[in-house]
Amino acid sequence: MKRVNRFFWALAAPLAAVLFTLIFVSIILLMKGANPLSTFQLIASYGSQPENLVAELNQTVAYYLAGVAAAIGFRMLLFNIGIDGQYRLAIFIAAVVGGATNLPAFLEVPLIIITGVVVGALWASIAGYLKVKRNISEVISNIMLNTIASGLIIYMLQPGRFGLKGGLSDNLATPTIPKSGWLPSLHIMGGELYSFAFVAIAVGVLYWVVLNKSVFGFNLRATGMSFRAARASGVNAPRMVFITMALSGAIAGLTGMGELLSHTHTYSLAFPTGYALTGLALALLGRSNPIGIAIAAFFWAFLEQAAPALDLNGVPKEIVMMMQGTIILATVTSYEIVKRITRRQQQRLVGAAEAPRVDADAKGVKS
Amino acid sequence: MKNSLGNRLWKIITSPSRMMLTVGAVIIMISLVRQYTGISDITSPGAAGATIRFTIPILMAGLGGLWAERSGVINIGLEGMMILGTWFGAWFGFLYGPWVGIFAGAIGGALAGILHAILTVRIGIDQAVSGLAINLLGMGTARFLSGVFFIGKGGDVNISPQVEGIGTFTVPGLSPFLTEIGSKHILVISDVAGVCAGFITKINWASLVLILALPLTAWILWKTRFGLRMRFCGENPVAAESLGVNVYRTRYIALAVSGALAGLGGAYISVISTGNYLEGQTAGRGYIGLAAVIFGNWTPAGVLAGSVLFGLTDALRVRQSTSVHALLLVVITLALAYGVSKFRKKDWKGFIIGLVIGGVVLAYYLINKVVPDEFVTFFPNLTTILVLAFLSQRLRPPAMAGAPYRKGEESS
Repeated sequence: MKRVNRFFWALAAPLAAVLFTLIFVSIILLMKGANPLSTFQLIASYGSQPENLVAELNQTVAYYLAGVAAAIGFRMLLFNIGIDGQYRLAIFIAAVVGGATNLPAFLEVPLIIITGVVVGALWASIAGYLKVKRNISEVISNIMLNTIASGLIIYMLQPGRFGLKGGLSDNLATPTIPKSGWLPSLHIMGGELYSFAFVAIAVGVLYWVVLNKSVFGFNLRATGMSFRAARASGVNAPRMVFITMALSGAIAGLTGMGELLSHTHTYSLAFPTGYALTGLALALLGRSNPIGIAIAAFFWAFLEQAAPALDLNGVPKEIVMMMQGTIILATVTSYEIVKRITRRQQQRLVGAAEAPRVDADAKGVKS
Repeated sequence: MKNSLGNRLWKIITSPSRMMLTVGAVIIMISLVRQYTGISDITSPGAAGATIRFTIPILMAGLGGLWAERSGVINIGLEGMMILGTWFGAWFGFLYGPWVGIFAGAIGGALAGILHAILTVRIGIDQAVSGLAINLLGMGTARFLSGVFFIGKGGDVNISPQVEGIGTFTVPGLSPFLTEIGSKHILVISDVAGVCAGFITKINWASLVLILALPLTAWILWKTRFGLRMRFCGENPVAAESLGVNVYRTRYIALAVSGALAGLGGAYISVISTGNYLEGQTAGRGYIGLAAVIFGNWTPAGVLAGSVLFGLTDALRVRQSTSVHALLLVVITLALAYGVSKFRKKDWKGFIIGLVIGGVVLAYYLINKVVPDEFVTFFPNLTTILVLAFLSQRLRPPAMAGAPYRKGEESS
């Protein structure tokens, strides 16, 4: 009974959030003169077409890694809004290194991946250092670092530095990575699924195991729950904060790696931005749980893939962006409200259990 | 030691007149740089006018950030509020004229500010989450509304129809006189005259009105009862509540004003600077406003200084990129002067830092002819990081800005 109750409240929050979002979007659609039901049907049917599904899965992988990166930070109460800059700088430098070297495949691919991880970790550790040594909010420093990262990338992408004028598109891009640095794709459902997906799965498993089954993970969670208590019990808490930030950046450095290794083989400004916000949203939606994040990431990718279909049917596709923003706010809000309701329930339970004893005590005092 | 000449001198320098001295020193330095490099645009009336135009949006966002943080709530949603300001400003400006547009921009921003207040103050969700979601929501809403309203009215999904302009004014007599002096290239005098001419030539009426927000903010926050209570809420909400201040209501008002100010900044960009809404035209100025708050150490004068600095580099970049390169000389001088002053205090670390920064910038100055646009773009952000990294001991943010507060619960 108690367990059912807990289960109900755990599910109630995300469900309420989705419901609220659907109602909110429906109202906007009605105001626009579109039929909400048929619009949602359109999103569902377009998103579940096989060739779109594969594209969604590829996108899910990138979102998933961004989500895990954010979730690691959350465990430490760190808000890594710098995922965007970390990931783009990491992929850019990884692409430059990959384009400049031509080793056998079993060396080249790991070299590119490790470059990305290291760059992401280093860039994030600037914010980690400022947080630990100077007590500066990681949100502010990361926002600033994001802009600096984009400026640096654009600067270095100019022809004559590390960039070339692209062949097909007019975008500036890094030199193409030689074939030995390509990861194959799996041909399923008429699409090409990047094999980097397996790395993402491994990252998810590793995340769960390290966090829940290792001393390091225990220290990390302990520091996140109470900095002072962890410090008092012998954990080097500032060091844990720094390492967590760097780890989060390292995972962020893997975001977009699938696209680089299996699809574009070069970095250009066409690589999407805004992964930080998405990653944080997914970690919030999935409650920092690897499976929860995966589900949320797929949902997110699904919505985005279906967006163009809306435009064709006279509904502005920007509705998806508004939906995402609303989902974030609704989820966080409903979690907060559910937290308060369950706490009140607990207090009432404790009160009910304690009441007879308190009564008895009171009587004892009287007599 | 206490009454030594150096000590007395130091007291004079640190007194209120220190501000004047600093400003004077910077003017002389810029003047020398102008003379030496021969790049006269640095202190031309045109550059001064452009600086005003680039400064005002940043200043508005910065003041918005100041209101929010002084009341104890961090407002990362400034960017989203500015975007709403650009949209509302352009659309209502197109329909009912520019002044209505600017007012509508403030309303648009204030609505987002109130949403931020409901979420963070009433419900109590994380302030950063709410701010970021508001940025996303602002961007999405502006795009969505553009698609609904602009098409068929001479606009498109990412551009609004043109808004008519607001008149400008020039102080007659004085303006041409100062401009004349400014063009004579006399050391210091021409520079001061040129800049002053820029401040009184073809100034948009809207600039003049919006800039009033600065003294108004300073007055409300430091000279009124409400301002005192508001700053109290930012420093210690529990104590404020216990003394009868309604923390929730104060923060609601502060965030509504914060959003309105950011919205005004946005409306200024769309109505005055470009004359129409363009998608992405705020270009992260909400974040730069946040940077100006930190740079300015959470004071109105400081926010102004930060906004002018960031606005100036922006304006010079757009006008003539060699100007920014010339200004590197000022940076070099400042860094070396910092190093020397630390040397005299036997602070070797500071000495080396000053020397290294000065040396690196000097080397860069000698090797290159221009500063790349990309570097100038992130100059405010880099400055903020450096200020945070090296001067964090001197910074004094509101003690409880960003901390969750619930009525009747002990703050954690």
